[in-house]
Amino acid sequence: MANTQAVANSFKLELMSGYHNFSSTNPARTLNTVDVFKAALYLTTGNLGAGTTAYTTVDEINAGTVNYTAGGITVTNATAPLLYTNTATWTPSANFVWNNLTAPTAFDAVLIYNSSQGNRAVSVHTFGAQTVTAGTFTLTMPTPGAGTSLLNLA
Amino acid sequence: MAKITTIYGDMDEAELVKTTGFVDNEIEYTTWVEYRKPGSDEIVHRSVHMTLKEMPVSAKAEASKM
Repeated sequence: MANTQAVANSFKLELMSGYHNFSSTNPARTLNTVDVFKAALYLTTGNLGAGTTAYTTVDEINAGTVNYTAGGITVTNATAPLLYTNTATWTPSANFVWNNLTAPTAFDAVLIYNSSQGNRAVSVHTFGAQTVTAGTFTLTMPTPGAGTSLLNLA
Repeated sequence: MAKITTIYGDMDEAELVKTTGFVDNEIEYTTWVEYRKPGSDEIVHRSVHMTLKEMPVSAKAEASKM
């Protein structure tokens, strides 16, 4: 098995039940509180994908790392979701950055999950395997747009 | 002289051998930089900067025909 890029199936269902709020402006609800989303890194031995329902420590890069906190980093979310024609999109408003990181075992995926709602999974993003040694790992956020935003619901 | 954070602490960049590279494909554009001590294969610093190109899309389902 391997990590596979996907929007979590459970996330699609949970959207219909109102579990996830990406925007601080939510006039349909009485509580305008944006959820906290996090980003965690996973080893190439992981099995994350569409079937992932929640954050897990299994195959997270913790072991042997320096300056990596289990659970990953909090995603900066200052920009509400946007609609581009037929595609609803969301992109974090700042890059994901791990500074002075040592991650000696190859990793190739980042899991976005909702830490305000039971660590429910949002999406898995995969890339070529990497290691980092006393350095910085930066995941630059893409330019928002249909199909180019980090999360796309078409 | 620029200081580089390494597994041995901060070192002068001039004391290290620098290697850079990139990956540019349909999935990502990634650049990396590595530093080694002269004559050594040990990587004492490696940083990676990545921009993803291919995003997961949750496509609309086909409505079943009645």
